Amino acid sequence: MEREGLNASKTFKFLSKYAIYIVLLILFLAMSIMSSGFLTAGNIINILRQNSFVGMAAIGMTFVVITGGIDLSVGAVMAFAGMAAAKYCVADGSLQLPLALAVLLGLAVAALAGLANGLLVTKGKVAPFIATLGMQTILRGAALLLNSGRPFIGLSSQFANLGQGYILGIPIPVVAFIVVIAAGVLLLHFLRFGRRVYAIGGNEAAARASGIMTDWIKIWVYVLASFFSGISGIILSARVQSASPISANGYELDAVAAVVIGGTSLAGGIGNVAGTIVGVLILGIITNGLDLLNVSAYLQQIIKGAIILIAALLDRKAAK
Amino acid sequence: MKPVLSLKHISKSFSGVQALKDISVDFYPGEVHAIMGENGAGKSTLMKVLFGIYKRDSGEIIYKDEPVQFKHAADALEQGIAMVQQELSTIPDRSVAENIFLGREPMIKGLHFVDKKKMHADVREVFKNMGVENIEPHRKMRELDIAQMQLVDIAKASAYHSDVLILDEATSSLTGPEVERLFRLIREFKESGTAILYITHKMDEVFEISDRVTVLRDGELIKTADTKEMTENSLITMMVGREIKDVYPKSEYHPGEVVLEIRNFTRPGKNDNNSFSVRAGEVLGMAGLVGAGRTEMVESLFGLRNDYKGEVYIKGRKAVIKRPSDGIANGIALITEDRKQTGLNLLGNVKDNISMIALKNLCRAGFILKRQERKVVEEQIEALRIKTPSAGQIVSFLSGGNQQKVVIAKWLLLNSDIIIMDEPTRGVDVGAKREIYLLVNELKAQGKAIIMISSELPELMGMCDRQLVMYKGKITGILEKDDITQENIMAKAVGAEEV
Repeated sequence: MEREGLNASKTFKFLSKYAIYIVLLILFLAMSIMSSGFLTAGNIINILRQNSFVGMAAIGMTFVVITGGIDLSVGAVMAFAGMAAAKYCVADGSLQLPLALAVLLGLAVAALAGLANGLLVTKGKVAPFIATLGMQTILRGAALLLNSGRPFIGLSSQFANLGQGYILGIPIPVVAFIVVIAAGVLLLHFLRFGRRVYAIGGNEAAARASGIMTDWIKIWVYVLASFFSGISGIILSARVQSASPISANGYELDAVAAVVIGGTSLAGGIGNVAGTIVGVLILGIITNGLDLLNVSAYLQQIIKGAIILIAALLDRKAAK
Repeated sequence: MKPVLSLKHISKSFSGVQALKDISVDFYPGEVHAIMGENGAGKSTLMKVLFGIYKRDSGEIIYKDEPVQFKHAADALEQGIAMVQQELSTIPDRSVAENIFLGREPMIKGLHFVDKKKMHADVREVFKNMGVENIEPHRKMRELDIAQMQLVDIAKASAYHSDVLILDEATSSLTGPEVERLFRLIREFKESGTAILYITHKMDEVFEISDRVTVLRDGELIKTADTKEMTENSLITMMVGREIKDVYPKSEYHPGEVVLEIRNFTRPGKNDNNSFSVRAGEVLGMAGLVGAGRTEMVESLFGLRNDYKGEVYIKGRKAVIKRPSDGIANGIALITEDRKQTGLNLLGNVKDNISMIALKNLCRAGFILKRQERKVVEEQIEALRIKTPSAGQIVSFLSGGNQQKVVIAKWLLLNSDIIIMDEPTRGVDVGAKREIYLLVNELKAQGKAIIMISSELPELMGMCDRQLVMYKGKITGILEKDDITQENIMAKAVGAEEV
């Protein structure tokens, strides 16, 4: 009896491991059949570009969630980093800096926010949910303060090119997403660092007893999440040619949703980068496809929410 | 006189293992009845059967001339059997008074409000009777220290005016004067006709407070007798008197240099001053009862906690150890007591677990050399005969013995000079146990310095060259090979000849 139960749950685990890939494939085929506009080069490029922003944040989020944490500040980090960089890239502004310097500045403030998150969670022993929620609120306020609540507009063409340009015919946001994915795969699956991230998520006390500097690794994980979000936020403001304090609103939840749909366990210890990419694409294709099918935006929200819940339920079942 | 509570022919087994064998014992009003036995002798199981937490396989419980079957602890409490448990059962975020009156708070007449004033006054009254002065009824349990919590637990049980009061290791966190006050209280209960079941490890307490004593061993009742008729020695012999079976492989003893030396290991505010040393090629056993402080001491010297502070010398050089990575860097491996808590990543596979600690030796520029890692892991799986379908198997699917071998493998991969094993065979079947013993002997032959903590005396006696014994956080003796007898160890472990 017990053995049968075990086998059944193994089969279930096997299925739920590959289910998301099957779901992605079915979605892709279904949309291709239902909408003539879906399977065109232009639309595919469009889907990838639109979703690379959440995607970059989601790669960082994957690390955080594998350690058993969560980062609710990534959307605010995106907005703040975008504004911090754009502030020095206003075309006729007095503060204009070389592009590289402005971007570095944006990335640096993002990384600092991550460092603060990491210190709060490890040294301050604040629950990640609360620590990053506080950080989110602070950074939204800071972003509003930067230009008295207004967006930075009239950005230099160099800066705009970061969001609108192409490298080898691929839009720069997509290139950036690919670079972030590569970095994520390297860090999580090939370097010692990644093994420690899993060890902490699986059993932090055991990781500590095994000589792993758990606080140190966790701080780096939060820095990484903010850093990837910073890249995303800067390119996003370049893409829309306006760095707004309210941009990327709610992206943190889209990122969490993508991570969870991708099979990463919110309890920590389980997950991978590939799953997160699939999660991002599933959410992206649903939005795009429903748009093409003229489904009302209100109904779209309901459908997206339902998909997130189903993924979470599968996660709970697989955890048992 | 008629007994107030009688256990008649109680038996209980867990999946084939007989935990209690035909236990019969009577408890009379106005007696303090000590129940003694080693860890695992069946004391707690017996109490759990009495309270209906475990279902007995056979036998009868007679309470006030009626056969009874309690459903749970609250049910028994309702009928006048109160228990103070070894593990504290308090709610940390409620007040002292709320904890004591949990579920039967005095109400203001006609209203559904708790009468806090009366509740606090009643608590003060109870504390006054107990001679407790420094606990205010409105304080949160969380703010109290463990000894105070234990006193609250005792107050809670005594507030029921019960006919039977069970104290299960009730003094484990109490100091001298508090124990004295508890004893005064026990004598008052006794005079008012309460039967008191006093479960303890501590010899001195048994002789001071109890009228009769029952000794359990391996689930059997060895003897019930008047305490007056017993001596410490006769009690100890009854508690441990079992043959050492031939499960312990023989080994040579050729000790080398002193590898690890501990000096003045002391807890803050205590006067323990523990010192000891371990040589290459020897196994030092650490004996003691649960809570004697053995785990705390080795985890402190390894850097996993800092309960004890003092000096650590490794091969004559003073070492600064603040965290586990320092311990590892100084050539210490600590195979922790509880593999599920601090040993394994149960979500991870065998390979990731085994290579977890030694990973930095298997990396170049931060990159894991995956082929080399796999090779080394396969070697460990082979060497320790870990039964797993593959190195990729998630460890939670392995048996307890094989999980334990994974923990040992991950530490052995470090090739440390000093290997500390805290309960290395807990929850491990006999076959795997013997393999672990063989491994210990092999490591010893390689010249490792080994410390072995175990709560199984026969295991310590069978495996160790010297025997360190602790009692209440203090080393009470270090026995050389020829002096190692069960009686000697037990005498020191229960503080019978306290230094």
